[in-house]
Amino acid sequence: MLKQHAPRLTPEQYEQNFSDINPPLTRSQALEEGSRCLFCYDAPCIKACPTGIDVPQFIRQIGTGNVTGAAKTILNANILGHSCARVCPTSVLCEGACVLNMEHKRPIDIGKLQRYAVDHVMDTLQLFTPPANNGRKVALIGGGPASLSCATELRRHGYATTIFDANPDPGGLDTYGIAAYKLRAEDAVREFGLVRRLGVEIRSNVEVTSAKLAELEREYDAIFIGIGLGGTDDLQIPGEELEGCCDALTFIRNTKEQPFDKVSVGNRIAVIGGGNTAIDVVTAARRLGAEEIYMIYRRGEAEASAFEYEIELAKKDSITFVWQSVPTRILGRDKVESLECVKTMLGPPDASGRRSPKNISGSEFRLDVDMVIKALGQKRKTDFLQSISGLKLEKGCVQVQPATMQTANPKYFAGGDCVNGGGEVVDAVAHGKTAAAGIHQVLSATARRTHA
Amino acid sequence: MPDISVDFCGVRSPNPFWLGSGPPANTAYQAMRAFDAGWGGVVWKTIGEPIINVSSRYGSIDYKSERMIGLNNIELISDRPIETNFLEITEVKKKYPKHVVVASLMVESKQAAWHEIVRRANDSGADLLELNFGCPHGMSERGMGAAVGQVPEYATMITTWVKEVATVPVIVKLTPNVTDISFMAAAAKQGGADAVSLINTINSLVGVDLDTMVPRPNVGGYSSHGGYCGPAVKPIALNMVASVANNPNVRIPISGIGGIGNWKDAVEFMLLGSTSVQICTAAMHYGFRIVEDMISGLDAYLASKGMSSAMELVGKSVGKVEDWGNLNLNYKVVAKIDSEKCIGCNLCYIACEDGAHQCITAAPRPVGDLRHGAPAKHVPHVIEEECVGCNLCALVCPVPQCITMQEIDTGRGSMNWRQLQEARGKSPQCSMEDLLAKAAKA
Repeated sequence: MLKQHAPRLTPEQYEQNFSDINPPLTRSQALEEGSRCLFCYDAPCIKACPTGIDVPQFIRQIGTGNVTGAAKTILNANILGHSCARVCPTSVLCEGACVLNMEHKRPIDIGKLQRYAVDHVMDTLQLFTPPANNGRKVALIGGGPASLSCATELRRHGYATTIFDANPDPGGLDTYGIAAYKLRAEDAVREFGLVRRLGVEIRSNVEVTSAKLAELEREYDAIFIGIGLGGTDDLQIPGEELEGCCDALTFIRNTKEQPFDKVSVGNRIAVIGGGNTAIDVVTAARRLGAEEIYMIYRRGEAEASAFEYEIELAKKDSITFVWQSVPTRILGRDKVESLECVKTMLGPPDASGRRSPKNISGSEFRLDVDMVIKALGQKRKTDFLQSISGLKLEKGCVQVQPATMQTANPKYFAGGDCVNGGGEVVDAVAHGKTAAAGIHQVLSATARRTHA
Repeated sequence: MPDISVDFCGVRSPNPFWLGSGPPANTAYQAMRAFDAGWGGVVWKTIGEPIINVSSRYGSIDYKSERMIGLNNIELISDRPIETNFLEITEVKKKYPKHVVVASLMVESKQAAWHEIVRRANDSGADLLELNFGCPHGMSERGMGAAVGQVPEYATMITTWVKEVATVPVIVKLTPNVTDISFMAAAAKQGGADAVSLINTINSLVGVDLDTMVPRPNVGGYSSHGGYCGPAVKPIALNMVASVANNPNVRIPISGIGGIGNWKDAVEFMLLGSTSVQICTAAMHYGFRIVEDMISGLDAYLASKGMSSAMELVGKSVGKVEDWGNLNLNYKVVAKIDSEKCIGCNLCYIACEDGAHQCITAAPRPVGDLRHGAPAKHVPHVIEEECVGCNLCALVCPVPQCITMQEIDTGRGSMNWRQLQEARGKSPQCSMEDLLAKAAKA
């Protein structure tokens, strides 16, 4: 029990609060928006997409009424075209690169057009007919975007693919880690249907242990690691054990797994962090009915890693930003009652170019809150990764050959957050594609050697 | 203030903008609404023995989000009694004596029938008559409309019959569905026509419904060819107007028709020889109120050109339409890309590479997004020595004034095809005769 729970809302209010922040386009909206696309050659939007979706081509296909063709153009480049359409930071990717920006015009709404095309076929499309099995098997650990993308590409070459996923539902962070008003869990699961129809096998609720790894190594020709990252980093301050102090990913996951009225949410909430996850938490908490929400970050707004449009979204939700402040202790008898912070000043830029904050002694202040949510960086799954022989890690991230995503252990390939330390869904999809090509390249070379 | 009125065969019109003969000019009610809106004239929907129309009647072409850039119809002439139409013309003329009412006529190809209808038109008080020799569908199968306009002897003969009794000037409306419309204009003049109007609609089948596989417009599961008009036909109409204006055997006033939707279109038709212009599709699309901007736009244009009368426009560009053989082969332009304005869409590059003469280069665009900093500006490059000066890149460029065609001094004097052929000791004429002679010998 929290000190004070946020007021319960009616089911209608919850639904309205969590309704699609970017509602789908109607047919005529899609046609009008698509008609603005110039059909650039060697288009910058394609070059800015980590998965290289042929954006002008799919927009043209929408325009000619060939919506299924448009969806195929998208999904052949990016099997998670649906979730990417909803969660990609398009303003720094395809839409940011749109040439219309150069003329101070509104860029094409590529994300919404992509969603329009994919929505059309998501529940029915058989993207391709996989060839007969080539006799080789690949295991994929983790059921998130990197593995789904990698498995899809491997099916094009006839590999038998099995995903081992610790979660009950496939999709990884798409299903469990993205604010519900951007992407509902059920939509991420629906999207998995596109992958399942290609013959990708999934074993859910399977925690891959060291013993299991040995088994996979025996049974599979290659193993792809797409395990993502662990829980949020700890604050390492007194009071973290109090009831009401929780991890951002757990909080988001609750909003995606539980009915909105069952999610535990305080009335006054402090969220610690300056990234996009912190924004997801504050905006979700507001939608759940929390009345006072603080977002506390040790640097200033300019240094926050959250995208500008995300910060704008939080501002619209009347979140109180507490910049240049660091929590020092959480107070309360057995549940969170308040949070003590101290103001910081920004020193000169360090080696990484970021200004490092220093606490200003005597500037302590206290916020009365019912909940403290930690949205710092995510922990690395170092223990698991170190149990794989020969794997090289750098700051807890798996080291790979960028052209093939092959790790230092030649049987293993990796991609997604466990490699880049936390990126976008589209980056994970791109990794998965590269890894599949890498696996195919390595295994077909071995096959040739064996037959020679 | 420039004078935007025009003199058409001695009939003064408050402005050159007339509603063309069609659905917007069907009744007195519409004509009066049009005059109140500002139109200078109305060419009545063609009067003749009342017909029966089908349903549906129109089909259109959309382009991207632009609706109705081309319109097709299978509607016939007026379905109202001849008597009603003439009574209404009289009523309109009484209320709007300073506006122009043109009676458009079509009857079977008999002298008595034409004499009869022209006498009634005379009595109605119409300022001008327009003979509909152009309607390409429905009426032509009955020996009227385009069936007359496609045979020069018929056109001359019927015009002669009309002129025998007409007391007001006679315009002959020409069909574009012929090989040389200026020849038909000359035939009309030979019959005594005081003016010509062109173009009537172009034979068309506007499209096929991909679900039902029935061509449009659908009349109970079938369709029929119709007449095409609207913005899409304007260039065809302009060429035909210019060819009539340039034909020394015509030299009578022209009322220009075909895809006119605003004052700019109208000015182009006037520059190529039209004294008045007729607008129908645009009025069907947006209503009579479009004339407000036509009037103010024309007024402002005349003022900007220092002209005191709209009549000064008429035919001003006719002399600039030359035979290809008279064009200077040594005139040269090349494309220049303004790298400041360029947005890097590469449309010029791919148009030249795949669709023209491979004179533009563009480096492959590097992979990358804004998370890695703003990408370097991407600007294609024109290989000037290779550029043939075709304009294609400038036409496809989406940025105004980004690609301009700049004149290059070739250092060679003016030389056209005729002169070149003469210098080579060959016939400057088309070599068709030579080919035919060779074929005859073989």
